[in-house]
Amino acid sequence: MDIESLTHTSGEWLRATGPESDIVMSSRIRLARNLAQFPFPNRADDSVRAEVEEILHAQIERLNTGRRLSYIPVSNLEQLDRQMLVERQLISREHSENRGRRGVGISEEENVSLMVNEEDHLRMQVLHSGFALDECWAEIDRIDDAIESELTYAFSERLGYLTACPTNCGTGIRVSVLLHLPALVITKEIQKVFQALQKIGLAVRGLYGEGSQAMGDFYQISNQVTLGKSEQQLIKTIQDVVPNILSYERRVRTALVKENRRGLHDQVSRAYGILRNAQTISSEETMHLLSSVRMGINLGLIDDLEIPTVNELFIHTQPAHLQKIRHEKLESAERNVARAAYIRQRLAARPPEQN
Amino acid sequence: MKKCGRCSKSAVLHITELRHGEVQALHLCESCAKEYLSKSSNANPEEIPPGVESSAEISEELDELDQRVCPSCGITFKEFRAQGRLGCPHDYIAFEDELLPLLENIHGETKHCGKIPKRAPESSQQQFRLIKLRSELRTAVDEERYEDAARIRDEIKQVETRPPGADSPGETS
Repeated sequence: MDIESLTHTSGEWLRATGPESDIVMSSRIRLARNLAQFPFPNRADDSVRAEVEEILHAQIERLNTGRRLSYIPVSNLEQLDRQMLVERQLISREHSENRGRRGVGISEEENVSLMVNEEDHLRMQVLHSGFALDECWAEIDRIDDAIESELTYAFSERLGYLTACPTNCGTGIRVSVLLHLPALVITKEIQKVFQALQKIGLAVRGLYGEGSQAMGDFYQISNQVTLGKSEQQLIKTIQDVVPNILSYERRVRTALVKENRRGLHDQVSRAYGILRNAQTISSEETMHLLSSVRMGINLGLIDDLEIPTVNELFIHTQPAHLQKIRHEKLESAERNVARAAYIRQRLAARPPEQN
Repeated sequence: MKKCGRCSKSAVLHITELRHGEVQALHLCESCAKEYLSKSSNANPEEIPPGVESSAEISEELDELDQRVCPSCGITFKEFRAQGRLGCPHDYIAFEDELLPLLENIHGETKHCGKIPKRAPESSQQQFRLIKLRSELRTAVDEERYEDAARIRDEIKQVETRPPGADSPGETS
């Protein structure tokens, strides 16, 4: 896979083809696994890391689970290329910033990413558009089985899959959905949702996982506990709670329209107008306005723009993507100019309105 | 991870105190914890109820616990507490007594009931042995003890080619 070519494409999960994809941007399941006969990556010296990478790289190349995987040696990449993979959610920030031999196997559609030598030897992730956790599990379970049939994982009957951090041991699973909740944010109802989720042991994070801020009204909801419950139970907890949040968000959206349709229409149209005309714009403002526009499309207030385009803009307007698109390093102020130009170009190329 | 209540380092010791019927939670880093423990034992010795270990003893016990080493990867419990990451799969056995309450705290459970790999359990002892041998090999090479290194390398080869569960009799680990 050519990193350069990624600027022209986007992951399948951004295409808004899955169920409930007006609110559920994506579903994701990740599994943490380690090889039994080696120390964990943070305790492994260079030669052990290299050996682990060699074994897992070869295994990833041999995998035959329906999707073609390309292996990218992350440790050989420039900082900008690594950051781009982070922005696309193909590797974690930790994986990008780590030292030593490491890599990632990525499927063409960007649904599958298998990180080697992250916090654990192997961090596997399957990502799908919309509310589709069963599909994610079926696929990642198959990949896990295929790898496990040839390699011995660190596993104990009592504590399950053994991981570098005790917070992941047991199933090693993180089940998460990325939700777009602008109406709950506007009305400040979102706090109630957080409190309710915390009570049932679910974590709420921003767009880029642990420690990241909520950008563009996106929230990631995931399980915290990994030991003592089965994968199916943990998946079901999320599956049970998400429909409630979706109907809450939809109810509040309807109420907002009913209360002040003109005001809301004005707000999303202004957001759209700024994006189409701005000459310089920060990442933060872009996220904020895109969020407004995204909701506007879903409410039928904007009708000449498609959701996948907006989804893609959330990713393609981030710093590393912009610099790759322009083929040059850009300072923050230059990036703001480049960002505005890129957005204008993407939003101008709309087909003329039919009526 | 919680930050220390007295400085900005990350907290490693979490104390819940009952003072005059009120619950007080304290989160302290390594150095503040030591200071806290030594101070409180000097200041009000009469406040410690009979039958409870003095803080100095607790501190000593903590030190002792910290020095525990995993025989496979060489990590000490103190290092684990400082960085929050274990060194190798064998740590879950080496530090079992300390980790079980921690796991109970994090997950509310200490028994796995999810997916089970079809092949792992019986071979795990052999894997732990390999980790240990490899780290011994590195030390031997570093210390230029090449005869030992050659012997360990042969041993690794032997263990690797031996089918799981077929440990030679009389072998201790």
